[in-house]
Amino acid sequence: MTLYLFYILSFVAILSGLMVVFSKSPVYSVLYLIVTFFAIAAHYVLLNAQFLAAVHIIVYAGAIMVLFLYVIMMLNLNKEVEPHKPIAVKFAAVIAGGILLITLVGAMRSTQSLSKAENVNSQIGLIENLGTVLFRDFLLPFEISSVLFLAAMVGAVMIAKKDKN
Amino acid sequence: MSAIQVVPIHFYILLSAVLFSIGVLGVLFRRNAIIILMCIELMLNAVNLLLVAFSSYMSDAAGQVFVFFIMAVAAAEVAVGLAILMMIFRNTKSTDIEFLNKLKH
Repeated sequence: MTLYLFYILSFVAILSGLMVVFSKSPVYSVLYLIVTFFAIAAHYVLLNAQFLAAVHIIVYAGAIMVLFLYVIMMLNLNKEVEPHKPIAVKFAAVIAGGILLITLVGAMRSTQSLSKAENVNSQIGLIENLGTVLFRDFLLPFEISSVLFLAAMVGAVMIAKKDKN
Repeated sequence: MSAIQVVPIHFYILLSAVLFSIGVLGVLFRRNAIIILMCIELMLNAVNLLLVAFSSYMSDAAGQVFVFFIMAVAAAEVAVGLAILMMIFRNTKSTDIEFLNKLKH
């Protein structure tokens, strides 16, 4: 049952990932990307990472994708005609992506297989455990990421501001 | 029953490799800068999925905390990237990356 669920979710993720690349309109790309994110969030639930699944949906589907949709709406990019790369470049892109995939799979095949987990701790992805680890072992990176957010916020506002002259 | 006991870790590595390759393919394939940003998000998500898979299989919570940080960095990256994109659009009236080859000429 879980294996079939894994196959279905992987199929949905890969198919909608391909549709992100190949769909004509940017709005459809955003919508397909949201489908991919939901499939990945379901994978997180399958992997006992419930807290990350919730955060993933809130951050990606709720914040980042809305930002993308806002920008597409403001730039009025919802046009069917859009410049495309020449066929030769597209062909080269597909070849390059395929070669990268083959390289990654080949690197995976040369590794020793990790045996299936025996004494699994299914409580690892719950918010209590993650919060303990985050605020005990990773307190400094957590604080630094707040500085990063402040810098990103100021930077985004500064860049997107209209010039006076 | 969770996926850890049923699905081998190789399946997750394979899925992440495919998603990452789709992201790379999209960056090389398209000219629209917004779609390229989306494909970068796809690549980040492939890496996140692999980190969560390894974290669950090894019963180590540190991997999931890393994913948390990657999400924070991705959010900041998208905010700044889209702001840059807005400014490019204001100056060139297009999101086509082929216009941005001033360094080449």
